[in-house]
Amino acid sequence: MRDFFPAFIVIIPMTISLLAPLVGRISKVFLRLLTMFGFFLSVIFSAIVLRETLTVGNVYYNFGNWEAPYGIEYVIDPLGATIAVMVSFIALLIVIYSREFFKDEGWLKNAAYYSLFGLMVTGLLGMTVSGDAFNLYVFLEISSLSTYALIALGGPRGTVAAFKYLLIGTVGASLYLFSVAYLYGITGTLNFADMSERILPLMDSPAMILIVILLFLGLGIKMALFPLHMWLPDAHSYAPYPLSAFMSGVLIKVPAYVMIRYYFFIFDVNHAVLQNVLQIAGILAAIGIVYGSVMAIAQTEFKRMLAYSSVAGIGYVVMGMSMGNAYGMIGAVFHIFNHAFMKVALFFIAGGIKQKFDHIKIDEFKGLLKKMPVSMYSFLILAFSMIGLPPTAGFFSKWYLVNGALQEGLWFFIVVIVVSSVLNAVYFFRIIEFAFLNKEEKERKCKIQSRFELPLSMLMPIVVMTLLVLALGIFNADFVSAILTSVVPEVIK
Amino acid sequence: MDVTVSILPYLFVLPPLIAAILIMITGNRNPDVREFWTILAGIINFGLVFYVYRRILDGQILESVHFTIVPNVSFFLKIDTTGMIFAGVASLLWIVTSFYSIGYMRAANKINQTGYFASFAMCIFAALGISFAGNLFTLFIFYEVLTIATYPLVIHNREQEHIEAGRKYLAYTLITGQIFLVGIIWLYHLTGTTDFVAGGFIQNVDNPTPFIMIFLLMVIGASAKAGLIPLHGWLPAAMVAPTPVSALLHAVAVVKAGAFVLVRIIGYVFGFDLLASLGVIDYLAWAAAFTIIIASVIAMRQDNLKRRLAFSTIGQLSYIILGLALINEQAFMGALFHIVAHAFMKITLFFCAGAIFINTGYKYISQIHGIGKQMPITMAMFGIASLGISGMPFTVGFISKWNLALGAIAGGNYLYIFVLIASAMLSASYLVTVFVLAFYNKNEEFTEFREVRKDILIPILITGAMSIILGIFPDAGPHFYELAIRSAEIVANGTGG
Amino acid sequence: MINFLSTLIYGLIVVMFLLGFYGIMTKNNLIKKLIAMNIMQISIIFFFITLGLKLDATIPVELPGVVNVDAYINPLPHALMLTAIVVSLSTTGVALALMIRIKNFLNTIEEDEILRRMEE
Repeated sequence: MRDFFPAFIVIIPMTISLLAPLVGRISKVFLRLLTMFGFFLSVIFSAIVLRETLTVGNVYYNFGNWEAPYGIEYVIDPLGATIAVMVSFIALLIVIYSREFFKDEGWLKNAAYYSLFGLMVTGLLGMTVSGDAFNLYVFLEISSLSTYALIALGGPRGTVAAFKYLLIGTVGASLYLFSVAYLYGITGTLNFADMSERILPLMDSPAMILIVILLFLGLGIKMALFPLHMWLPDAHSYAPYPLSAFMSGVLIKVPAYVMIRYYFFIFDVNHAVLQNVLQIAGILAAIGIVYGSVMAIAQTEFKRMLAYSSVAGIGYVVMGMSMGNAYGMIGAVFHIFNHAFMKVALFFIAGGIKQKFDHIKIDEFKGLLKKMPVSMYSFLILAFSMIGLPPTAGFFSKWYLVNGALQEGLWFFIVVIVVSSVLNAVYFFRIIEFAFLNKEEKERKCKIQSRFELPLSMLMPIVVMTLLVLALGIFNADFVSAILTSVVPEVIK
Repeated sequence: MDVTVSILPYLFVLPPLIAAILIMITGNRNPDVREFWTILAGIINFGLVFYVYRRILDGQILESVHFTIVPNVSFFLKIDTTGMIFAGVASLLWIVTSFYSIGYMRAANKINQTGYFASFAMCIFAALGISFAGNLFTLFIFYEVLTIATYPLVIHNREQEHIEAGRKYLAYTLITGQIFLVGIIWLYHLTGTTDFVAGGFIQNVDNPTPFIMIFLLMVIGASAKAGLIPLHGWLPAAMVAPTPVSALLHAVAVVKAGAFVLVRIIGYVFGFDLLASLGVIDYLAWAAAFTIIIASVIAMRQDNLKRRLAFSTIGQLSYIILGLALINEQAFMGALFHIVAHAFMKITLFFCAGAIFINTGYKYISQIHGIGKQMPITMAMFGIASLGISGMPFTVGFISKWNLALGAIAGGNYLYIFVLIASAMLSASYLVTVFVLAFYNKNEEFTEFREVRKDILIPILITGAMSIILGIFPDAGPHFYELAIRSAEIVANGTGG
Repeated sequence: MINFLSTLIYGLIVVMFLLGFYGIMTKNNLIKKLIAMNIMQISIIFFFITLGLKLDATIPVELPGVVNVDAYINPLPHALMLTAIVVSLSTTGVALALMIRIKNFLNTIEEDEILRRMEE
């Protein structure tokens, strides 16, 4: 039974999403309960697998009992397992949070939403556990296709944004597939473990340059790395709120994980080709951090501001990766988690404000503290974390990243990190000023009635996420030494 | 030096934090409750100062348990002589200011008092944390907490002017805070530790350049809060805050935190010998001397009383910085004691300014000529504190400045003595004149005013009296003078943990 | 000759990919964009198939008496490409569905027109 756990991580959400239309026809309540239960199981199984990877080592599972490298193999290393835990946990919270957004819709829309969401999570979880390059492509497309459809739930603008994302996303996936074809052409295998052995003598071949660049471009589009982020602002701001949260928090992080996996675990990262590409990636990430923050300042809509700040967030991850040392890698992975929690919670709060008062623009938030104290104090903590004030998690991302940059003598990065903290302060304190300091100008119309400031299904995820950000900050030493030190690849230890 | 593991550091730091939380929770229901929490926490801290200082004077160091916060770096608090000085001043003045605040805020009938008292307690929490921080990392955490906790106080009245002052304050402190952080991480990267050691923990300096850079980064980070020109811009702007805030925070907790961080950097991170060999310390001394003169000149031209006091604060803080930058035992001791001396004097001045404002509604010096007849006690205290600031004997200001001057002579820096004397003259001219004009002129319009209400007057009397008592018996109360001597000795000789 | 041909094929594949990419970027009509996207995807399918090419070999079904591996072509690229075709097909399906909705909402599938109408 235990041997099947890796497969369960993927199979359970998939089953759920296939059952969803049937169950949804019967009852919306059952549908939600079923999805929640499914993701809850996913969290449990990925947590068990994570434990196993930490104590025993990598976990393997051969699909259909075909031995690797002939069959499709699932390989879960500690990094993949932690990402899987994060993905399934956030998915669970998103399902809880989604209730208010879809409860007035018909059964079909509900069923479609939960089913597609399940598929999206299946794809992302698949990407974290798959040990096969082509299988990873299929999972990538599963998650992307369901995302396109889900974004279209956000009305006309959402549909146009979805179409735009579909075109760009397909280019990204095609570029990834192109590089997989090349890899297969030169190594003759698709299995990661096998490939990592066979690729070493081939690192000098000219094809390697093309492979690394194609991978970079393909995954760069998927994770919205500057300047390949064109799709992100529209897709994030016009998608339904729970989905924006998931996209910003998780969807753009998993490709970053895939990139780490290729560059650091499969290829020889110390080779000149990779070093050059990583250097370029680092510079792009630095520009992206500043660009995303500046664009975020220029926005008037809260959600769009958060979307641009995601561009900056992914910049941190890539920057840490590009440093190529243990501190940078810990910083990058830590920021994957940290940014996921922060952004999901911020989008949750944005959605709460939208549902309750129908506010979208920042200058409508005047005096919101009186009406939504819990959300606003959560927002305060999250904003501090985004700025990077101790002892929130954001500060520690910065700590690791600056340490990594110092180790390599990359002054440029340090300047960028400092500048970005300041820019973050500018756009978050603007909201803090509106919400905390300004007086309410006119009576607000409340769209939903509930005992607390928001229905519990929305308030609970916000509070949980905020507490997680705090906990991640205060207990980061335990988190880092228990998990993250074992995700650092051997080559850069 | 014997290091004792104890929970006292946490006990010391926690009451304000708990008070802040309790005020936030219960404050909106009943104003008396939130004042009760403030006073209660203040009394606890007051008692702790007297309970702890003996043990510190006896050479003990009380260290809390370590709590690993990032791998290899722990969060811990440590009560030593130097920390005791700042914490003692902050605690003693907190309780006085609390009484004053209660009177002031009731008289002024201000809004948002819950947030006010809670932020106030948070600021004290941060100031205590800064004084007891055992390493740079812990110190930085509290330093940033202080930045954020002061912000609600600056923007207290929620009008456009305040919000702009708040932005300015954040811009100065957050940016320099980030620069400070880079310095800390760089130092950690080079030395592998950030734990304070008296006399400096940096050893084996092969290549001085990075250490010079680190020193400059850290000085930028610390001196923005200490109001060193050209990083002083936020301080006069922040004077729009209610007077008790200006009094405690912009004369004691926040700006002194900046100065205290410099104490730690110079005495406990780099140490005198290393700084002397690096050769950067002179720049800091020049900047401080420059600030002393310029701030005094600017102060003379201010008509707004609080702004004049703000520039006086900027100048006086640079005394501390100058004393530290002279890197010798005597000057270091003078600088440490000036933290105490200036705190008592400047808080008296601010209290008086607040009393005048509450009574008359006037903010400008030109408006209050002749007020001395109606408010004799207040203005008398103002006079004592002004004389103290300009270094009159038998006031506390004299003792610290005397030691600073001795330190300057010991270092052979006669230029700095000239600066000290010039500045004393200037302070006399811009502060004592206020006092003189208040009694010399007559103003018939003022007949309606009377002495300020008692709950405001008593704190003024206490701090004013302390300014004299400490001037005559510098060891009165928790032996600040002896603590300063002890710290300077330890730092100069590099003994002890 | 074989060398030249295979180089030519790879060159054509790259040209095809870039053509598709060019179409996606420049065409105004969403249907044309979609066609360009398909062209681009198919170029990669060609690429995979070409990788599996082997001269003088037969389909990978075991013939009696022929045990030499060289006699069979590699079936894996073809199998993979079946999956890729399915993916491409479903992408097209989703894209068409989105397009129908855009047409319903905005009554056009010209990009500049869409942007103009969304402004209103």
